[in-house]
Amino acid sequence: MNSRDKILNAIAANQPKLVAPPTIDFDRVIRYEDNYTQFKTILENIGAKVELIQDIATLTDQLEAEKASGKLIINTFNEIDKQYVLASSFELEKLEKVCIKATLGVAENGAVWLYESQMMNRILPFICQHLILVVDKKDIVATMHHAYTKIDIQKEGFGIFIAGPSKTADIEQSLVIGAHGARTATIYVVE
Amino acid sequence: MKTKHADLAEKFIANEPRTNWHDETLWFVREKRDKAALGIPEWEDLREWGSQIKNHSLSNLSQYLKEFEEKATANGVKIHWAATGEEHNQIIYQIIQKNNIKKIVKSKSMLTEECHLNDYLAKKGIEIVDTDLGERIVQFRKETPSHIVLPAIHLKKQDVSETFHEHLQTEKGNNDPQYLTEAARQHLRNKFVESELSITGVNFAVAETGGFVVCTNEGNADMGSHTAPIHIACMGFEKIIPKVEHLAVFLRLLGRSAIGQPITTYSSHFLKPRPGQEMHIVIVDNGRSTQLGREDFRNSLKCIRCAACFNTCPVYRRSGGHSYHTSTAGPIGSILNPNLDMKANADLPFASTLCGSCTNVCPVKINIHEQLWKWRQEIVKNGYVDTTKKIGMNGMAFLFTHPALYRFIGKTGRCIMRFLPFLTNNKLNIWYKQREMPKPPKESFRDWYTKNGKSQIK
Repeated sequence: MNSRDKILNAIAANQPKLVAPPTIDFDRVIRYEDNYTQFKTILENIGAKVELIQDIATLTDQLEAEKASGKLIINTFNEIDKQYVLASSFELEKLEKVCIKATLGVAENGAVWLYESQMMNRILPFICQHLILVVDKKDIVATMHHAYTKIDIQKEGFGIFIAGPSKTADIEQSLVIGAHGARTATIYVVE
Repeated sequence: MKTKHADLAEKFIANEPRTNWHDETLWFVREKRDKAALGIPEWEDLREWGSQIKNHSLSNLSQYLKEFEEKATANGVKIHWAATGEEHNQIIYQIIQKNNIKKIVKSKSMLTEECHLNDYLAKKGIEIVDTDLGERIVQFRKETPSHIVLPAIHLKKQDVSETFHEHLQTEKGNNDPQYLTEAARQHLRNKFVESELSITGVNFAVAETGGFVVCTNEGNADMGSHTAPIHIACMGFEKIIPKVEHLAVFLRLLGRSAIGQPITTYSSHFLKPRPGQEMHIVIVDNGRSTQLGREDFRNSLKCIRCAACFNTCPVYRRSGGHSYHTSTAGPIGSILNPNLDMKANADLPFASTLCGSCTNVCPVKINIHEQLWKWRQEIVKNGYVDTTKKIGMNGMAFLFTHPALYRFIGKTGRCIMRFLPFLTNNKLNIWYKQREMPKPPKESFRDWYTKNGKSQIK
């Protein structure tokens, strides 16, 4: 017998009698008076910056101006930047900044959801030095329970919740922002 | 060499300031967990849901694993099954050989530690680079992680500084965590960019989608997996959960229980390989199906590896992870490891005060302290307990069931302690080690009660 069948047979023989899964009662789950305020507070606590903006025009101009200074910056709102869809880590190692539109934000923990198509290339949100995320204010939900009802994780090959910049406390529990991923995370919330 | 918990703990506590630091630091993490949990009014509901989802998953596991395999295969992922740790290592080695891979990065996976993958591959001349900062530190030092979430918690920044000075040529004596982390970032960035294979663990595998979720704060699992042409994810079969909606429950519980964080920085949902990439999942048994059949201990398979039980445990905090001489230390390790090797790990269920704090903080409500107590009984039944302990316990049992003898011994004991204290206060008495003997009372409670009790207590 191969290992697969051996393992599955042993499990079938040893697993306990079937018990029902619970029903997740959404009425028991926390709500916030103002999802945006909660979202911002949490993100600032975990080392991110949050800014409320009216539209992305100023942000785009700013990014274009920085690009002109010679830095590698990718703005996924920009058609021309689609050339980086298949770029390798080797080519992207010098990536200074990337700007990505998120599907939604989660008030309870400051996480935002990105589909693979939004990040264009799976490595972008991690390999960049500085991460810029844009989310519409109306798309900030209270909790993870609410978030999963609004996204479809089977739609694309990869997706992620990102909450703030990368960090570690592996040396004596001292918090250091900027482990392997982005050193800073700025979340622009569009009103 | 002595390798029992008590002997190894003795070595650890020889350095008192460091032991105190270890104790206080982990308690601080426990307090952060409490604060995070208190911020969620439905926290106890969440724990109950988490527990019930896991109970349900275990009760339908063979079906869910088949469903997972089918979905993952349809997603273009290759599924492998490993009955033992050895087979797990062989599967990975075959993939490495077939693709002639030289450069391997690995993010934290306690399963690969359990299977001793690094040692296995090292013997074949293949080097793995551990990319979690804490794991990289202990790897440089040829040590093992002492904590499943905080692998280098047994070290101080001076130790890390010396290690990095030796291996990464950092400035001698520069102990700044920011500086040291930056050095590791630069060193590991190169490793990521040139990696040919990325090995990761799995936090949750979803039966209905065939996808899996990996949680990190550093971003190392993603840096490797989105770079390397091949990604292998390794999971114990108990990582299966039935539905996507269940992820909400576990992602809310995990970060808060582990380090008091509302969620890990990165919760990556892998479903399909990226264009041109190869993705493998190795599903491992390695004793888990046996544990599933042990009614008293099967609950241990609900564990989501948050380490809340480590941080709260009065014994773990004061004895350090290495005193558990296994890849998963702490209270949960002490109920998982006797299943793998009862004789070698017979000491572990005794490394506990049975205070129950572990059970109280467990996000999936595993009855950890009760299982520790049950393992003690199994271990005694199987004859793996020390002769001295066995004789002592039998003696105590005899004494406690013979009241007249008990009273006589009590009286004699009190007299000896009062008039001949050197008979008890000496190093032959292991209870006297690190302890003062109590002052013997003039009379026992029973003597007092027969004299006064009936008249004074109405």
